[in-house]
Amino acid sequence: MDTNLLRNILVLMARFLSGTSIRWIDSQPDTCQRVYFANHTSHLDGIVLWSALPQDVRMLTRPVAAKDYWTAGPVRRYLSSRVFNAILIDRKEIKVHRSPVQMMVREMGDQYSLIVFPEGSRSDGSEIREFKSGLYYLCKKRPDLELIPVHIDNMNRILPRGEVLPVPLLSCITFGPPLWLEANETKAQFLERARSAVRRLKEI
Amino acid sequence: MPDARTLALLGGVLLLLAAAAGAVRFLRSRTDSGLDAAVLQTLGHRVRFWFLLFLVLAGAFLLGRTATTVMFGLLAFWALREFITLTPTRPGDHRTLFWVFFLIPLLQFVLVGLDCYELYSILIPVFAFLLLPAHIALAGDYKRFLERTAKIEAGLLICVYSLSFAPAMLTLSLPGEDPYAGTRLLLFFLLIAQLGDAMQYAWAQLPSKHVIVPTINPHRTWEGLLGGAGTVTLLGAALWWATPFSGHWWWMAGVMALVTALMGFAGAITMSAIKRDRGVKDYGTLVEGHGGLLDRIDSICFAAPVFFFLTKFWLAWFGAGQTG
Repeated sequence: MDTNLLRNILVLMARFLSGTSIRWIDSQPDTCQRVYFANHTSHLDGIVLWSALPQDVRMLTRPVAAKDYWTAGPVRRYLSSRVFNAILIDRKEIKVHRSPVQMMVREMGDQYSLIVFPEGSRSDGSEIREFKSGLYYLCKKRPDLELIPVHIDNMNRILPRGEVLPVPLLSCITFGPPLWLEANETKAQFLERARSAVRRLKEI
Repeated sequence: MPDARTLALLGGVLLLLAAAAGAVRFLRSRTDSGLDAAVLQTLGHRVRFWFLLFLVLAGAFLLGRTATTVMFGLLAFWALREFITLTPTRPGDHRTLFWVFFLIPLLQFVLVGLDCYELYSILIPVFAFLLLPAHIALAGDYKRFLERTAKIEAGLLICVYSLSFAPAMLTLSLPGEDPYAGTRLLLFFLLIAQLGDAMQYAWAQLPSKHVIVPTINPHRTWEGLLGGAGTVTLLGAALWWATPFSGHWWWMAGVMALVTALMGFAGAITMSAIKRDRGVKDYGTLVEGHGGLLDRIDSICFAAPVFFFLTKFWLAWFGAGQTG
């Protein structure tokens, strides 16, 4: 099937299934290079966030996903490589010269934006977990990138961990104002600030 | 093509909507009208929603009973999404919710479409309500079990079961040979239910305000209820020609309008209580800045089964001798 058509069908399905209302708070969609970082509670998070972006932005945005999950079976491999144009990260073997951060920097080049889930794996939705350090090292390498905090609400009820069948409740995606790595900020300070930026969007 | 009476009713509603849209536009263009801008914006949104609902429903009516049933099925599905989204459930309910969303509404509306009254009248209150708790229990989570079960079942009862009696009105065997009698009855019902909401809102703007239950909804006043119910009773009686309540039964159209308005009020106050408990004002954001769909159709949900059964009883007891 035509990849573009399939992409549009998947976007429509994701939007219907998740009944997403999309909010941009102190923030605007833009095709400049960005890193969208969000809380992670469901397998649907990536596609729903990706679908929530306007078409021109979406075409330039690549989700960062786990290699072990997205290369298991021909369907997932096809979807991740052809449809979502995902950057697949090896969670099991992290090598020094092919670190995930280097790979992200290389793959995004000077035009693509990224979708990352810095918690590393899906939580049960009650609390946003501590962020992994990758986001910090990415900013060290590319301080020009705009970091957009994104909060995805209710997705853990639509398709929670360990379930196969989705329940079509309504969800809400909130994009927040961009932030950058400050000059003399430590890793821990930065990661905590990024995490609270996502948490803050839940309350608005 | 529908007959003159049906077209008159449809055209009348369209004129009414156009007049309302014109009035809102006129008021918004005048800054010295003394009316609150927020109130006018709400009115504008309402009128736009009614236009949309009218266009969709009128289209479905003209396409026939199947299209109308499918339309209401989709409305029920969306309303149920809003209801369950605002209702806290636990992970143990997930698999049950899948069937609640995909199987039960589908079955209910297919049975209504096939006119299987014996089945659709009991599918949810008997079979679903007995089997769903068992299915939830199988997941092994007993925390707040009765509360969770009750919430899911209330959602099904209000959003799916009750609403399905609106398209079921098209299956009533009304006196006479008129194929559009059912359509007019449903249109009459929807018009009265929505006008009931609007009239109660309008009458509640009077300076004298006796709030009925301040803890639940500070905007529902006795003035609104009595004024609104009285107005739609008169309107309903004046529309007797569009209903099966004709001849010397014309006053029955007024009675049905009164019952619809009162049930609409019951629906609004019930949904207000649920929303109060959940700490929200509206049920969803179908379109940014609007309340949810459920906020607009709660009066229809509550009034539809009562309207349906009263009409059915009336037909069984008195309707046989009617010739329309």
